Amino acid sequence: MKLVMAIIKPFKLDEVRQALTELGLQGMTVTEVKGYGRQKGHTEIYRGAEYAVNFLPKIKIEVVVPAKMVDKAVDAIVAAAKTGQIGDGKIFVVPVEQTVRIRTGETNESAL
Amino acid sequence: MTTLAKYLFGVVAALALLALTHVDPAVARDAAQAANAPIVSAPIASAPVAAVAEFQVAQAEEPPAEEPNATEGEDEAPPKLDTGDTAWMLTSTALVLMMTIPGLALFYGGMVRKKNVLATVMQSFAVTCIVTIVWMVISYSLAFKDGGAMNAYIGGLDAFLLHGMGSDTLSGTIPESVFMTFQMTFAIITPALICGAFADRMKFSALVIFMVLWSIFIYAPIAHWVWGGGFLGGLGVLDFAGGTVVHINAGIAGLVCALFLGKRVGYGTENMAPYNLVYAVIGASLLWVGWFGFNAGSAVASNGAAGMAMAVTQIATAMAALAWMFIEWIVHKKPSVLGIISGAVAGLVAITPASGFVDPVGALWIGAAAGLGCFFAATTVKKAIGYDDSLDAFGVHAVGGIIGAILTGVFAVEAIGGHPGLLEGNPGQVWTQVVGVAATIVWSGLGTFVILIITNILVGVRVSQAVEIEGLDINLHGEVVQ
Repeated sequence: MKLVMAIIKPFKLDEVRQALTELGLQGMTVTEVKGYGRQKGHTEIYRGAEYAVNFLPKIKIEVVVPAKMVDKAVDAIVAAAKTGQIGDGKIFVVPVEQTVRIRTGETNESAL
Repeated sequence: MTTLAKYLFGVVAALALLALTHVDPAVARDAAQAANAPIVSAPIASAPVAAVAEFQVAQAEEPPAEEPNATEGEDEAPPKLDTGDTAWMLTSTALVLMMTIPGLALFYGGMVRKKNVLATVMQSFAVTCIVTIVWMVISYSLAFKDGGAMNAYIGGLDAFLLHGMGSDTLSGTIPESVFMTFQMTFAIITPALICGAFADRMKFSALVIFMVLWSIFIYAPIAHWVWGGGFLGGLGVLDFAGGTVVHINAGIAGLVCALFLGKRVGYGTENMAPYNLVYAVIGASLLWVGWFGFNAGSAVASNGAAGMAMAVTQIATAMAALAWMFIEWIVHKKPSVLGIISGAVAGLVAITPASGFVDPVGALWIGAAAGLGCFFAATTVKKAIGYDDSLDAFGVHAVGGIIGAILTGVFAVEAIGGHPGLLEGNPGQVWTQVVGVAATIVWSGLGTFVILIITNILVGVRVSQAVEIEGLDINLHGEVVQ
């Protein structure tokens, strides 16, 4: 099992959700986050006072998938979240040791 | 708390002393009045706003007499209650109160940071309550009653605790109760405007003391000078709805407060972006709508003067909002929401003194000048000089008020307000306006400084750095916005 963690542009969330659902993945966790990468921040001006905003709003998606599904999931996210503009985000894949469904006590892939 | 109680007791004692010292002049004045029949025979009705009274009389008589005398007009035909006027003034009073709560509260509350939203909204609301009581107790009397020998500078104490005001006493063609409450809403918004200058760093206890003193010693005298029979009205200063009394007064007091309290922690380095500009837009819009009560209501009548005041108010406001929007678009590359609403407020401020005296084309020019002038003041000048006027009480209200007051002298149209301006060959009016502006600046500036010193000695005006950094809401009021 792998945890696929993707940081994406907020307005791309729905397309990414749809793409992952089409792969047959059931469920994801979404968090509103702030951060920066190469896009850096932006500048806001209020009555002439300029503020550099270093952390931009992004969405973080977390999905745990069976190992054999990882490449498909990553490809689906890339396809759905890509605009070609700087600031599209990043995807991280990390191993998951154990999964438990609380309601039934099922474990690992049957709990996904 | 005990120290605060002591200070409050001191304030009350000072007020009582003031009342006592006025007993003698009052007696002396009674004697003087006995020899001067017209003043005695003119009842409360001689009280209405001097400028407005002049204006109405000038409207009635075709050839405008040089300085028409309100008292004479009333002697000929004792004023009767006009239900149309009364209905409009009841409405106007509600509109002007709406400007402060929730208008100004939301306008300012939306522009501060999240940690100070409640404290800022609280300031407008608390000022509304404080000034209501102070006005009822003493300020109305000081502003609008005859001050005897000192009448050029301050009114008397005849209406202490609204003494003498019954349901049948008139002020012009409306009940005095309506006139008093209408003027109260002006007395409320003026000090509430100052809060924009010291937002994010004033102690609430200091605010309470400051507002009581300011309302009595700064607002009441200046209102008396212009509207209550004092020397500025006598000189012929044109201020239809409060450009000097309300806006220059509040703006200058704001600048003095900003300088006295010093800059906010992190000013110029930290991000001080507004918490929620939607609140500010709602607030500015409520101010705009309420301003029809402010300006058209200052006709103190339901007539053509009120209608023209409403029209020029709308025109100048829109023009100023567009002027700010376009200049900002050029200078900062984007037309901002905060910019267009700031421009609108600047236009409302600038048309205030002019609203009963200029025509629609004059309003257009006043609006354009206010939008550009206040943009320049709130962005370039503020940055260059380096004072921290948090929400631009000075940049918008003092600068807009000065532009409006002086341009009133330029664009005044005799056929509308009975007073010709510079463009109609009366350059003297501009000079008269300058005198009005200067007198207001001097009294407001010096008086505010003295009141700040007194408040600072009593309780300290500024919160500690720790409180300021963590936020006023949780520390001063024990509440937060989630």
